[in-house]
Amino acid sequence: MGFPEDVRYTSEHEWARLSGGLVTIGITSYASEQLGDIVYLELPEVGKKLEATKPFGVVEAVKTVSDLFAPVDGEVAEVNPALADNPALVNQQPFEGGWLIRVRPRNAADIERLLTSAAYQKLVEAQHA
Amino acid sequence: MPATTTPRKTPFYEFHRAAGARLIDFAGFEMPVRYRGDVEEHQCVRRAAGLFDVSHMGEFEVAGAGAGAWLNRMVTNDVGALEVGQALYSPMCLPGGGIVDDLLVYRLPDRCMVVVNASNIAKDFAWLDQHRPDGVRLVDRSDETALLAVQGPKTADVLAGHVPPAALDLGAYRFTIGRVFGAEGVISRTGYTGEDGFELYFHPRHAEEVWTGLLAAGRAHGLEPVGLGARDTLRLEMAYMLYGNDITDETTPLEAGLGWTVRMEKPGGFIGREALEKQKAAPLARRLVGFTISGRRAPRHDMPIEAGGTVIGSVTSGTHSPSLERPIGMGYVPGAMAKTGSALGVRAGTTTLDAVVVPRPFYTHGSRR
Repeated sequence: MGFPEDVRYTSEHEWARLSGGLVTIGITSYASEQLGDIVYLELPEVGKKLEATKPFGVVEAVKTVSDLFAPVDGEVAEVNPALADNPALVNQQPFEGGWLIRVRPRNAADIERLLTSAAYQKLVEAQHA
Repeated sequence: MPATTTPRKTPFYEFHRAAGARLIDFAGFEMPVRYRGDVEEHQCVRRAAGLFDVSHMGEFEVAGAGAGAWLNRMVTNDVGALEVGQALYSPMCLPGGGIVDDLLVYRLPDRCMVVVNASNIAKDFAWLDQHRPDGVRLVDRSDETALLAVQGPKTADVLAGHVPPAALDLGAYRFTIGRVFGAEGVISRTGYTGEDGFELYFHPRHAEEVWTGLLAAGRAHGLEPVGLGARDTLRLEMAYMLYGNDITDETTPLEAGLGWTVRMEKPGGFIGREALEKQKAAPLARRLVGFTISGRRAPRHDMPIEAGGTVIGSVTSGTHSPSLERPIGMGYVPGAMAKTGSALGVRAGTTTLDAVVVPRPFYTHGSRR
């Protein structure tokens, strides 16, 4: 399978990438494949404070709905504007154009506590078995 | 680690895997939920044609002296009115009026075939067997019956030349016995999508010939395999029942809006008639309604339905509708609220979605006969 190595992962299938002081957050290709066609995302507003491991939004696919869980503590700085009209971008480019939010982390080092690509791969393989 | 039962495979399992389907355990069978995408597969059926493996469903053979008359006492619809070569849709009820299952009854020349939901095979067989008189033979043929459905406006084009020509002239709920790609069996103009289509019942040993034959014949017409995910959005757009969601042993056909399948006057009566007659004599305390949601979030099974700040029911089925491009759902509400235009709320977590009762079916442009 192989997941990008420049990001970190959570056991809830979110990914996080630290760049320029902000953490970009999305859901993994595994998550978007499991969910199927995504039709709607409920995302927080800029300024909202997030708490690691707590839900921050909802991803709605045709057949299922799933909570989104914050990988780190922080404050929402940006919300992907492309998703309102094109939620399918999350299925098409889960790690790139389909990013969900950018967060100013309370502590940039928190990202180090998340799973590496190799660890996430193991988790997915175990779940998929 | 608790022991887990390995799900069973249908005769088409290897084809689903080869096609890259995502497989899930459904009613104890490994079934394809999707191949390429729920929306794409749904649209394929509405615009061209889709091929469904529904072999997990159950098929029983009922034969012998008095078999038809007995079967007529087990179900609410009128088996006695069936011609040879005709099928009907019916609930099968408990004495209290609750629904054991919804099923199809086919009248063949020398027997009846009863087609039941995969999740209810054992339950339905036991219920029928328990009530079976001596002289009536009841045989479970599920394991010897492969079932494929071809559904969509292009179905007749796909099948032309591959089924007996007379099959293409069949009206809705009519069937013939003939060959499709060398497999002899029942070819019926039935389906669960609201589109024109056929269901093909045959022996599993023909699985490869029929599956590959259909896909080859269908390629020019846009036929693709379609999974259970799209099957559910297609049927929900038609407001067709899904047992376990919209109908259960605690809901009656009258509450579900299936009064048209209940023939109170048929000779011999049927199990549940007295209870249903009593229920029919007064306004229904609750009724299944269809509703649309304003906004993008979909109603889902078990979400509470509210009116005036009070919970009045719950969602039985809900989804995003690819054809209507909006969320739709069904649920039971008090009779007084069951009017087109009634405003309801659906509680999704901490949010309340605005809903309005609409007539069923939701989708009215299907090609079914």
